[in-house]
Amino acid sequence: MFIIKLIIRNAFRHKLRAMLTVTGVAIAILAFGLLKTLVSLWYLGVEASSSTRLVTRSSISLVFSMPVSYKERIRHVPGVTGVSTMNWFGGVYVTEKNFFPNFAVEPESFLKVYPEFILDEREKKSFLTDRTGAVAGRKLAAKYGWKIGDRISLKGTIFPGEWNFVLRGIYHGAQKSTDESQFFFNWDYLNETMRKTVPRRADQVGIYVVAVARPDQAAEVAEEIDATFKNSLAETRTETEKAFQLSFVAMTEAIMIAIQIVSYVVIVIIMVVAANTMAMTARERIAEYATLKVLGFKGYHIAGAVFGESLFIAMLGGIAGVLLTFPAAGWLESTLSQFFPVFQIAPSTVILQFVAALIVGLVAGIFPTWRGATIQIAQGLRRIG
Amino acid sequence: MVAIDSEIVRLIDVSKSYYRGSQMIPVLEGISFDIVAGEFLALMGPSGSGKSTLLNLIAGIDKPDSGIIAVNGVDITTLSESDLAAWRAANVGFIFQFYNLIPVLTAFENVELPLLLTGLSRKKRKEHVETVLSLVSLSDRMDHYPSELSGGQQQRVAIARAMVADPPILVADEPTGDLDRVSAAEILGLMSRLVEDFGKTIIMVTHDPKSAEKAGRIVHLEKGELVSSSFSHQ
Repeated sequence: MFIIKLIIRNAFRHKLRAMLTVTGVAIAILAFGLLKTLVSLWYLGVEASSSTRLVTRSSISLVFSMPVSYKERIRHVPGVTGVSTMNWFGGVYVTEKNFFPNFAVEPESFLKVYPEFILDEREKKSFLTDRTGAVAGRKLAAKYGWKIGDRISLKGTIFPGEWNFVLRGIYHGAQKSTDESQFFFNWDYLNETMRKTVPRRADQVGIYVVAVARPDQAAEVAEEIDATFKNSLAETRTETEKAFQLSFVAMTEAIMIAIQIVSYVVIVIIMVVAANTMAMTARERIAEYATLKVLGFKGYHIAGAVFGESLFIAMLGGIAGVLLTFPAAGWLESTLSQFFPVFQIAPSTVILQFVAALIVGLVAGIFPTWRGATIQIAQGLRRIG
Repeated sequence: MVAIDSEIVRLIDVSKSYYRGSQMIPVLEGISFDIVAGEFLALMGPSGSGKSTLLNLIAGIDKPDSGIIAVNGVDITTLSESDLAAWRAANVGFIFQFYNLIPVLTAFENVELPLLLTGLSRKKRKEHVETVLSLVSLSDRMDHYPSELSGGQQQRVAIARAMVADPPILVADEPTGDLDRVSAAEILGLMSRLVEDFGKTIIMVTHDPKSAEKAGRIVHLEKGELVSSSFSHQ
C-alpha cells in the first residue's frame, strides 16, 4: 500500500515532466496502433475474401479482357455454382480527387455471388430492372449525400464519355469489415453503350467471379476452367479470390513492411526517451533511496517503487494512447475513406498497444531500478566527513 | 553474530579506507573507544577527518576494513547487508544535516516510515507517530509536506522519525548545520531532552563547538585518528 502511494505521488512529483512523458508515450502508442491498423487494413481485402470464390482473368494481364461467351462455358464446369461478370470501370465523380472503386456488374448474379452486399428487396428489384441503375455502399452514399433516385454522373476514363446513373440502392455490409464504399452499375448498360460507340470493345468482360460449393473444390475447378480455355485466343488464369487480392497487395508489400518497421521504431524511440526520463528521475532521488535504506527498507522495496513508477507512467500513456486511437481512427476513416473504407481498430491491435506500453515501462525501468536497488547508502548520502 | 560483553557501543581498532581510482585513501586508522548507554557524544574534527565515516560505521551504514564494532553486544561488522538493514531499523535512529525527508510524504507519513517495517497495526502506528510528533511539538503540522515546513520544523520531523521505532541509539550528522541559531538551539535542546528524559544514546557529528558543548563528551578526530576524548564542562 505504501509502495503504491509512493509510486503515484512520485510519478506526479514533477507534473510537467510526468505530463510530457505520458503524452510522449500516448502519442507513440497512438501512432503504433494506427500504423498497425493501417497495415492490417491493407490486407483486409485478402482477409475478407471468400474461400468459395474464384476469379478468372486473362492469363496475359488483368488489363486484357475476355469474351462474354466464356460465362456459359464456365457455368458448365463441374463444381461451379455461380458466375458473375465484372468490369473495372474507373469512372471519376466530379473531380479526380473523388476516387472510389466503381464496377460494371451483372446485377443478379453479382448479388448472388457476393451475399455480403445487402440490399433490401425493393432496392434490389429496381436495381435488377433498371439498365442505368446503380447501387452504392452506405459510406459512399453518406459521403456524397446521395439518396435513392439521385442522378449520378461519372466521367469515363477507360470507357470514354459521360455516364449517367440513377441510384437504385444503398447496400450495407453483412460484416463490419465489408467495404461499403464501392459503386456498382449494370454491365448491360456498359456493353450496350460500347456496342454503339466502340463495337470492338463490346461483349468483353474484365473478370469472372466464380462461386464454388466448397473451398476444397477451388483448386480443381480453377484448373478445369483454365483447361477449358487453353489454346484459345484469350487463355485464362483462375485463382482463389484471396490469391487474386494478394496479387494487388504484393505490389505494395515493401511499403507495408516499411510502415511496420516505422511502427516499431516509434516504440523504440519512446522507450529510449522514457528510459532517459526514468534514469534522470532515479539520479535525482538517489539520496532518498539511500535514506529509505538507512531506515531499514531493502533493495526490493526501492526496486518496487522505481519499477512501479516506470510501469505506472508507461501504462498511463498506454491507456491514453489506446483511448485516443479510437477517435483518431474515426477521423481517418472519414478523411481517407477512398483508401480505407473501414478503419477499424482490431482487439488484437489494442492488446499489442498495451503490450508495447508495458514493454516501454519495463525497459525504461530496468536501469533506474537496478541503480536504486543497489545504491550504497554512504555513497547515496554523499557525505564523507 | 559474535556476542561481546560491552558498553552500548564499543569500537576496537577500527580502520577504514576508500579507493579513488587505484589510490587507497585511509580515512580511519585504529580507532578504539566506548560509548556508554545514555551518553550524548559529539564527534568533532576538521573536514576529511573521518568523523562522518565513523558515524556511518557505528550506525551500520558502512563496514570497516578491519576492527570490531560492537553495539549492544553484537558485532555488526559480521552482519549481512540484509541483517544489517533489520538491525538498523531496530537499533538506530538517523538525523541528517539536510533532514532527508521524503518530499512526497507528509510529516506524519515520513515519521511513519520506520514503523512500516515493524508489522504494527495501522492504529498502533498512528498512536506512535502522534506521540512522537507531539514530543517534537508538531502535532498541528502532521499533514504538512516538508516543503510547507521551516528548516527547524523539518529537522524536528526527522528527529520524530528517528525516535518513532524507539531505537536505543540516535546518530546525527551535523543536525544543526543547515539551521539558524534559534532553530539550532531548539534542536539541540530537544536532543538533550531525548538523552535526559528517554535515556537515548546520541552520537552527533558537528563542526560547531557551541553545539558540541551540549554533548556530555567530545571526541576529536584528526586525519582519521582519535586525538582526544574529553567530557564537556556543561
